[in-house]
Amino acid sequence: MNTTMSKYRPNVTWDKGVGILLIVTVIFGWIASPDFATTSNLGFILQDIGEFLIIALPMTFLIIAGEIDLSVASTLSLSSSTMGYAYRSGINFNVAIIIGILVAVACGVLNGFLVNYLGLQSLAVTIGTLGLFRGLCFVLLGNQPVNQLPTFWSNLGTNSIPHTFLPWSVVIIIPAVAIAWIILHRTRYGRWTYLTGISAEAANFSGIPVKQFKFSLFVITGFMCGLAALVYTLRFASASPDSAMGYELSVIAAVLFGGVSIAGGFGTMWGVLFSVLELGVIRSVLQLINFTANALQMVSGALLLFSVALPRLIGMLKTRREARVRKSVTSLTSSRSV
Amino acid sequence: MKGSPLEMQKIKLKALLAVVALGAVVLTNAPAQAAGTIKPGLKIAIMPKAINNGYFTAWNQGAQKACKELKAVCTYLGPTQATGPAQVQFINQVIQKKYNVLVISAADQNAIVPALNKAKAAGITIVTSDADVASTAASSRVVSILPAASASIGTAEVDWIAKATGSKGSVAILSAAATAANQNAWIAAMGPYLTSKYPNMSWVGGTVDKSVFYGNDDPATSTSQFDAILAQYPDVAGIIAPTTVGVLAAAQEKQAKNAAVQVTGLGLPSQMAPYIENGTVGQVGLWNPIDLGYVAVYAGASAKAGIFTGKVGSSFKAGTKSYSVTAGGIAYLGAPFVFDKSNIAVFKKIY
Repeated sequence: MNTTMSKYRPNVTWDKGVGILLIVTVIFGWIASPDFATTSNLGFILQDIGEFLIIALPMTFLIIAGEIDLSVASTLSLSSSTMGYAYRSGINFNVAIIIGILVAVACGVLNGFLVNYLGLQSLAVTIGTLGLFRGLCFVLLGNQPVNQLPTFWSNLGTNSIPHTFLPWSVVIIIPAVAIAWIILHRTRYGRWTYLTGISAEAANFSGIPVKQFKFSLFVITGFMCGLAALVYTLRFASASPDSAMGYELSVIAAVLFGGVSIAGGFGTMWGVLFSVLELGVIRSVLQLINFTANALQMVSGALLLFSVALPRLIGMLKTRREARVRKSVTSLTSSRSV
Repeated sequence: MKGSPLEMQKIKLKALLAVVALGAVVLTNAPAQAAGTIKPGLKIAIMPKAINNGYFTAWNQGAQKACKELKAVCTYLGPTQATGPAQVQFINQVIQKKYNVLVISAADQNAIVPALNKAKAAGITIVTSDADVASTAASSRVVSILPAASASIGTAEVDWIAKATGSKGSVAILSAAATAANQNAWIAAMGPYLTSKYPNMSWVGGTVDKSVFYGNDDPATSTSQFDAILAQYPDVAGIIAPTTVGVLAAAQEKQAKNAAVQVTGLGLPSQMAPYIENGTVGQVGLWNPIDLGYVAVYAGASAKAGIFTGKVGSSFKAGTKSYSVTAGGIAYLGAPFVFDKSNIAVFKKIY
């Protein structure tokens, strides 16, 4: 248990570290570019991270619980494609949205069923459904994206909330973040998430209905992908079968950068929130000081590598120090174990 | 809700004041911007579908040449991946940095439209070049500068493959992304043309739609899709790759595998020269991307200066030539140019 304890500590401070990095980046941006600290730019950043953050929330639960879902971007795309397909077939767009979200939930149900009731590995299952759902998008829409959505809805995706700079997507994002935080850190469901991630077997023995619990995580992930699909579809005022291509890796990268351990069991909602904000803010800053897309890609790659490597380095240093302390303690107390 | 007479009076007064104010603005602005000239120092953003692509590097060369002539300050910026959402982040940057003109090749004909409308509302003059937005969204840009009508590009490529295969055998297509609007429009024109003009030729999958393989404008994917065509249809006679990335990958793989299939498509002469010179590929064609970029910058700067409206029938000058706008708000450059052994040595040095 000592090794897990030492792994746990740096992860607790990591989320605060990302928070500090976020503040530093904002101050840097403020100084470096006159175009950074403007309300319109804040609006762009918020709009930019919308669907990422919505998917990052359930992904945080999944990864802490020791699972993963690589099909999230394909689920988003299938949900969006369904909305577009239904609308093109003459169904009222309000109804099309509901159908699209239900399809996303169904995707989550399929993943959850395969992982928990057939006992397959989530990594393998969701690599499979990643391809399956993406393929279905092309079956539905062919190579013809759907555009010209009802003006009311596409305006929601484009305009800000009147008298503010906030995009309409915050109507989903803010409650979603608050609810996710409360559930993870203040409820039994949240404790189950950590316990399952540390040891599913132990969680099972202590009476947690692990199968049903993990199943529900996948279903919620599907539902959140449906909400993200709505935000995405409206933001780009179109439904395309190649929507959100590659987003799954960006979302997982953001969650890991937020200090969530890929091995499961550790991480906080603050860390993930700061991380998604930081990734949005740093891209904006670097773009405004004329970094090219190539340089941007390198910076985000380096950040991720840094985030994976640094906690491990700190952990190693800490373990070594603890070992030294333990040695001196043992030599003092001779017979008692620590 | 109807206003009382008094309120109506107030509104009329406000309207009158607004007109007077507007007049004053026009008057004060008039001397600063002499009618009919393009002001030096315009800030112009040149945005390809994706950077790191030889075709767009050439496109940018032309744009930069026009910028030099117009004494404009031009920046080449864009994403590494040719997707709409990636491009939107850079359009937002263009808005934030208050550029005057945006010349853009649309990576996605729908997804970038809301962002373009925002840019337009912020006072930025937008010209699409090389790839346009959806026709339903034509109002988001002033004009689109395109190489040639889609139909003529599609049918020209069918003629090239017919020449290479001796007008017989089955043909497959190695395209870019499944949603690439340009490629889809050309492929749609190829379908009926091949079956009606060349009775001894056919599509490998029966119909043109079932004969398209998507390499996503990615060299590795294009290569594996080329192999997939050969594996699935061993007797395929010809492959049309209507994309510079695809045709290069096809030529390389044909040479590596020593395959019998004929390859043609849209290729950059500088990249295709070795394969044309050694006979791997008989001919490819392309318009001049340098001209596309060059003309688009002139169109944008002229529109910004108020000497070009973008309306159907209106025209603008780029260098020595004049271009006029046809239906759909599009100005065409001309038919694709063919490169073969006779002229590749000259053109490979140009782009």
